[in-house]
Amino acid sequence: MSDTAEVTRVDAPTRAGALRRVAAERWRWIVLAALFAAACYAPFQLVPFRVFQFTMVLVYAVALLGLNLLVGHAGQISLGHGAFFAVGAYGAAIMLDRFELPYPVTLPIAAAVAFVIGLALGLPAMRLRGLYLALVTLAMAIFLVPLLKRFEEVTGGSMGLTLPKPAPPAWTGLAEDQWLYFLALAVAVAAFLSAYSLMRSRVGRALHAIRDNEAAAETMGVRLSFYKTLAFAWSAMFAGAAGCVYTWVIGFVSPDSFAVTLSITLLAGLVVGGLGSLSGPLLGGLFVMFVPSISQDVNEAAPGVIFGLLIIAVMYVAPTGLAGLTGRAAHSIRKTLRKE
Amino acid sequence: MRVTAIGCTAVLLLAMTACGGREEAGGTGTTATGECQGQQTTGITDKSLKLGGIYPLSGPASAYGAIPKGIKAYFDFVNAEQNGIGGRKVEFLVRDDGYQPPKAVEEARRLVEQEKVFALFQTLGTPSTTATWDYANQQKVPQVFVATGASTWGTDTAHPWTIGWQPNYVSEARVYAQYLKQEKPEAKVAVLFQNDDFGKDLLGGFKRALEGTQVKIVAEQSYEVTDPSVDPQMSNLAESKADVFLNVTTPKFGSQALAADAKNTSWNPVHIVNNVAASVTVLKPVGFENVQGVVSSTYYKDPNDPTWQSDPEMMRYQAKMKQYAPDADPAVPYHAFGWAVASSFHKAMEAAKCPTREGLRDSVRALGNVQVDMLLPGVTMSTGPDDGFPIESMQLMTFKGERWELFGDVIDTRKEFGPLTG
Amino acid sequence: MTGFLQQLVQGLGAGAIYASLALALVLIYQFTGIVNFAQGELAMFSTYLAWQFTAAGMPFWLALALTLAVSFAGGMLIERLVIRPVEGAPELTVVIVTVGLFIFVNAAAGWIWTFLIKDFPNPFPGGALEAGGLRVSYSTLGVLVVVGLVMGLLYLLFQHTRIGLGMRAVATNPDSARLVGIRVGWTLALGWGLAATVGAVSGVLVAPLLFLEPNMMGGVLIYAFAAATLGGFDSPVGAVVGGLIVGVAETLAGAYVGFIGSDLKVGVPLVIILGVLLLRPQGLFGRAAVERA
Repeated sequence: MSDTAEVTRVDAPTRAGALRRVAAERWRWIVLAALFAAACYAPFQLVPFRVFQFTMVLVYAVALLGLNLLVGHAGQISLGHGAFFAVGAYGAAIMLDRFELPYPVTLPIAAAVAFVIGLALGLPAMRLRGLYLALVTLAMAIFLVPLLKRFEEVTGGSMGLTLPKPAPPAWTGLAEDQWLYFLALAVAVAAFLSAYSLMRSRVGRALHAIRDNEAAAETMGVRLSFYKTLAFAWSAMFAGAAGCVYTWVIGFVSPDSFAVTLSITLLAGLVVGGLGSLSGPLLGGLFVMFVPSISQDVNEAAPGVIFGLLIIAVMYVAPTGLAGLTGRAAHSIRKTLRKE
Repeated sequence: MRVTAIGCTAVLLLAMTACGGREEAGGTGTTATGECQGQQTTGITDKSLKLGGIYPLSGPASAYGAIPKGIKAYFDFVNAEQNGIGGRKVEFLVRDDGYQPPKAVEEARRLVEQEKVFALFQTLGTPSTTATWDYANQQKVPQVFVATGASTWGTDTAHPWTIGWQPNYVSEARVYAQYLKQEKPEAKVAVLFQNDDFGKDLLGGFKRALEGTQVKIVAEQSYEVTDPSVDPQMSNLAESKADVFLNVTTPKFGSQALAADAKNTSWNPVHIVNNVAASVTVLKPVGFENVQGVVSSTYYKDPNDPTWQSDPEMMRYQAKMKQYAPDADPAVPYHAFGWAVASSFHKAMEAAKCPTREGLRDSVRALGNVQVDMLLPGVTMSTGPDDGFPIESMQLMTFKGERWELFGDVIDTRKEFGPLTG
Repeated sequence: MTGFLQQLVQGLGAGAIYASLALALVLIYQFTGIVNFAQGELAMFSTYLAWQFTAAGMPFWLALALTLAVSFAGGMLIERLVIRPVEGAPELTVVIVTVGLFIFVNAAAGWIWTFLIKDFPNPFPGGALEAGGLRVSYSTLGVLVVVGLVMGLLYLLFQHTRIGLGMRAVATNPDSARLVGIRVGWTLALGWGLAATVGAVSGVLVAPLLFLEPNMMGGVLIYAFAAATLGGFDSPVGAVVGGLIVGVAETLAGAYVGFIGSDLKVGVPLVIILGVLLLRPQGLFGRAAVERA
């Protein structure tokens, strides 16, 4: 995992002079602000179908952000994050369907439930390493589907649950798709900010230490199992929050929507997007959302052939993910600019 | 950071005030004049008709991706040789959802908002259809002849724009129940079923149809589509010593269950296999000598069945498939299914009073014994104000030699059991 | 009692199927240190090749030999073309490349051969051995015997050949291995070739039982992972024992534990793996990795 450290080093304070750092920081905030402004403006220009697509990009990005905490920052591989996504989605669906709670309430509860389940599963799971953790989490994701079908009274069984979508309040004057988009955007921004501050805190440093050298970290007094379990629970929480927004947006949950393919797609999306960076999850979300349809446009008979090839191709061109690629591009642009 | 947050909020507010910058989605549609005034004519002109379908072309359910090939071949043939449907050339767009509901929603929106299709002609699978039907009905876009046999499409009253086509799983279950009541009134039945909407619906319908009879279900086993094999389930069922075995499976698992039954020489129940797994292509790998006397039911003609060798519609299907879909093997029953459903659409569209979305919606809900040549003789499409199921008749068949042999009359489940209600 | 024994036999039969693919997983892990998600799909693809050869009129055993040879070459080729370019990248990058390969091979098989079930010839006689009310089909026996043979061969290869030694050196530390004069690239390619061959054997063995279609190995893969984890990823004996335990436990739990039933039996391997890993992280037969602080 040593190569991915390079990507994060862009985030961390560098050894360069303070002046240049301030300049870089300012640049970054300008870019982010511009991105945010564009994100706010977009739904008023795009057709509802495109708005929906970007809403889903945000949903996936939030889930990938959580997965990134675990894989990119703590160096633990999970192949079962679809399960936590499902916990959030079903949590929200059950609250809306059985208890008829107002939808804003479902978000914190769904996230909290995912956090607690992540904590409970994290305690034993975090004693496992690398490959073994990946396989145990994979098994969890597989087990969840028949489990959801079994408790039919609560989950609606294999038919799933259909739910009303959150209606836009009249004062906003927004259409339904725009309102859902802004809900997703708000959740995504909150998620990005909290992930960002989390990584800058003591916890973030402890996780990086664990990822880069577990033994050394332990010697320096980092409580391994505590931080690893915490990272697992947090990443579950983000996935749960993403699942909750998914339920708002799609208005329908069924067990087969959360099959093991979802977990594998999430991990693939994250690695393709870029591990350990903040932009990785967003790029990963874009990849997960748009590349399957592009594949279909290229080869209608077997879209999977193209999709598989594209995953491999991205890994060739950018072994550290698209974020690494854009990072490199930005770096070289800055360098050329400075020369002039 | 605080400054940026404030700035962003300001931008957000600014952006909100600028609302209305895009055209409303519904506003871009066109409407008819004259007799059908005010009705929607999006996606249809005097010369063209644009349809969109959503199928799993990738992922674990891609086997069903063969259906649109049959549909396309039919429309290509009609466009080239019959000047389309009523002079309108049909353009049929196919999108892939990988059997994922969120993908299906995305593709439905793409077809309706970007491609501006006249109607969604088939979404495949109960999950994908359930995820999209609210949208289709809000937008008032017909979602016709969906490729799933869940009974919801016909019993629901809140979604007038959505309708099924194939016999629903409950009706099929009724056919088997009827058969057992007559042939084996005291049967003890063992059931293997797929643990999803399809398996549950069929089993539930079977149980309801058996109420008040002496036929009893003595063992049930389910499997997941992700299971490698149903052999363990089969040996559990064998222990029940039931004298009838109901095989509610999809093709691969159907073959496995048939093979397991054949291998077990100490358990020889009457084997009923559901229509989904009754194709000759499922039975052949098991070995014809092992599946003699198996019972099933059907409603459309199997291209592998020699019975239809000289049937005019089957000959036309074989010839036109070769001509318009040279890469597709006409022996694949999904292609024939696609052909049958496309010709059903042809009939329904021709019967529409107005060439509008409303016209199609009303036409598919007022079919009066419409004959479709790819369906079995005696099986017709009928719907009405309180009947949302186009096909509800099936015929029993038993496997003899190398082909299915139909027996008995076409069973109209409406007549035998009364209309299906939620 | 006979019922119970019959279930046991059933479980062993299922376990043998899992074990056959687990052997290929263990093999590639031994050579390259990665988990290959595409292993099952490659096995499925090889099986289609065998089917294509027999469909073209070739006798079964000739088709099998040809398939094994082609699979070996194909495995090496994949290593050269697909894996080599990302060799130095983080482990996870390589794993994701195998995920891409999984999706690609699965879709390609469906594209070439459609999703219709193919009838694959069974190399073993059709009947069953009956003794004391127990029935063991010859197919199951055949799978068990072949799996045992492959296991023995792999054991010999791992423990008693120079290739095995070099391979272990490469998997443990490629840089040191290169320094002592082992041809690392060649060894990795060999690993992919051998794993593809073992996978092809697995595919051909299970195709008559599971029926050949592009998703044939998808379900098996998970159980094979469970088997390899249980037995230890560095032990062929462990993979087979692990496979048999998973098969038996799953079958018995499905049949006799009312709450679990046939729908939740997939949870049994989960519980087994978790239990084993917590008590013995290296698996039943694996060697514990010594941590160097």
